[in-house]
Amino acid sequence: MPERGYYGQFGGSFIPEILVATFDELIQAFEEAKADPGFWKAYETLMGSYSCRPTPLSYAENLTEHFGGARIYIKREDLNHTGAHKANNVMGQGLLVKRMGKSRVIAETGAGQHGVATATMAAKFGFDCTIYMGEVDVQRQRPNVFWMERLGATVVPVTEGTRILKDAINEAFRDWVTNMDDTHYALGTACGPHPFPEMVTWFQSIIGQEARGQVLKETGRLPTRVYACVGGGSNAMGVFSGFLDDDVELVGVEAGGRGLDTGAHAARLASRDASLGVAQGYKTYFLQDDDGQMRETHSVAAGLDYVGVSPILSHLKESGRVRFAAATDQEVVDALSLTIRKEGLIPALESAHGFVQAFKEAPELSRDDVILINQSGRGDKDIFTVADAFDDPNWRQFIRDKAEEYDAR
Amino acid sequence: MLAETLRARRQEREILLMTHIVMGYPSFDASLRVVEAMVEAGVEIMELQIPFSEPIADGPVILHANQGSLQAGSTVERCLTFGEEVARRFDIPFLLMSYYNILFKYGVEAFAQRMAEAGLAGAIVPDLPPEEAGDYLAAMAAHDLATVFIFSPNTSDERMARIAAVAQGLVYCVARKGVTGADTAFSDELDAYLARCRTATDLPLALGFGVKDRADVDFLRGRVDLAVIGTQTIRVMEEQGVDAIKPFIEGLRS
Ligand SMILES: Cc1ncc(COP(=O)(O)O)c(C=O)c1O
Repeated sequence: MPERGYYGQFGGSFIPEILVATFDELIQAFEEAKADPGFWKAYETLMGSYSCRPTPLSYAENLTEHFGGARIYIKREDLNHTGAHKANNVMGQGLLVKRMGKSRVIAETGAGQHGVATATMAAKFGFDCTIYMGEVDVQRQRPNVFWMERLGATVVPVTEGTRILKDAINEAFRDWVTNMDDTHYALGTACGPHPFPEMVTWFQSIIGQEARGQVLKETGRLPTRVYACVGGGSNAMGVFSGFLDDDVELVGVEAGGRGLDTGAHAARLASRDASLGVAQGYKTYFLQDDDGQMRETHSVAAGLDYVGVSPILSHLKESGRVRFAAATDQEVVDALSLTIRKEGLIPALESAHGFVQAFKEAPELSRDDVILINQSGRGDKDIFTVADAFDDPNWRQFIRDKAEEYDAR
Repeated sequence: MLAETLRARRQEREILLMTHIVMGYPSFDASLRVVEAMVEAGVEIMELQIPFSEPIADGPVILHANQGSLQAGSTVERCLTFGEEVARRFDIPFLLMSYYNILFKYGVEAFAQRMAEAGLAGAIVPDLPPEEAGDYLAAMAAHDLATVFIFSPNTSDERMARIAAVAQGLVYCVARKGVTGADTAFSDELDAYLARCRTATDLPLALGFGVKDRADVDFLRGRVDLAVIGTQTIRVMEEQGVDAIKPFIEGLRS
């Protein structure tokens, strides 16, 4: 019987019978790719020529001065092609799709970053592409919808359930159970049934491999702490992978939304609101009620607005290897603002969650300490949300003028 | 036990009917009237679905019924009480159908015990493959409850044998790829698949996904033991009301 992918009590593969053969095929393709050193080489070559790997490590000198504690370094996943770490996973899965001989890819997306990355990969490799996106997220991440469509993807707004990321995942599964013969589901995070948590982590581990070497080279030591935001957990697992065997503290930062005590958040591991459950094909902590119905979540960052979390991270939380914290919407906007002004960097709202916790802790540490923040993506896509958060009058005027211009046509 | 009951009924009829409802959709009152209509129309066994917020194997119609039931305030406890009520009142076997999280959160052993006390015959859990079903199999066996598992057209012979080894009561054969509710083209192409199912188990075989009218049921006569009518009765109820259900079911076999 094939390996089912458990991490302690978390993970597994809770899939309808109709998908079992498809998963067996995927597991086999993944195992073969892992065993073939040529595959990883081809992956690195592709990411070096088509994306921007290795992505740089930036020393945030002004932020370091500002907080007067640890030296702050930032791993620049925002400089990937398409603007986020999502490209790492997607390009890797694209190479697997070619090996499996399939001709169509589907994906869910929250922030739209994974959707754009998948549509880009499909355009490059010549695959048909359908992206499922919750109606709420279509509204708040319009620029990404625009680009997905330009890239040739069909974007399906999901009107079921809570109309966000988890509902998009359900719809992608419904497509897959119908079209698995020619279609691969490129799941965008380290969640879902085996082998996705392991496979997505494997592709994203390129972040941690690079970062470890870069920090060592730059500072002559390992970081004291590493911070990453946690939606499904793929960028966090990616960067943490480089440091799991080191004496380095790993900190995952979830969406605190309007505050952990309001219930309007997406903190599965940093709050007490989540409990063990089985949904979307895997066992982990879910934000659910006593009956096992999934609850509504909230975050200013669409990519973190999710009920479940990587089973690998649940395991690392239980074993004490990774510490979890939450950042509220307001803290995130403040940290974003500060980072833009001090460093000229524009992290995605998702990524800014990691910055919040790093900023809280940097002053407690000394100048000998080094902390590393994973900037998982760039914030351009968030221009509408951020402009609203800053309540920017000029932006509002611009939108009004633009609307008038359209109306006049 | 369930298998024997169904085999006995099969002696009397060439094809048995298994129907499905989502409990609490649109209300528990309506659900009760639908069960009543179905039993009066002669269905031999029913599936009672406990709604779940993430029903990934279900198509739009059953998905909406799940959401509608939850929005109307359904709870797992209320569904179990309903199951108990109909199991006491009507003389046919009832199966619970739901996704694994519902059982898992309740506690699998407690859930099985409660099912047994309620007089229910067994369960179908479409996102629980045998590989993950250790606790469930133990709990269901301890309470003499049937564990219905699923075959699909792309299930290998070897895997069918493995599933058959833990299946009880009947085996649910999915007619095709896809989710519930979409059309199925019933043709001889199914025969090779159904022959494989027949070889894998001597339990009664039920075929579901896309069975919607008398022609489909006629096609299944002699091919399987039970035809499963799921989505179509929800459509009939939504379009024509609860009173249309009895004539609809009667018309499937008359
Ligand atoms: C920029 C960015 N960071 C983080 C995430 C969260 O996902 P994950 O936890 O898998 O890294 C997303 C998801 O859309 C994202 O777009």
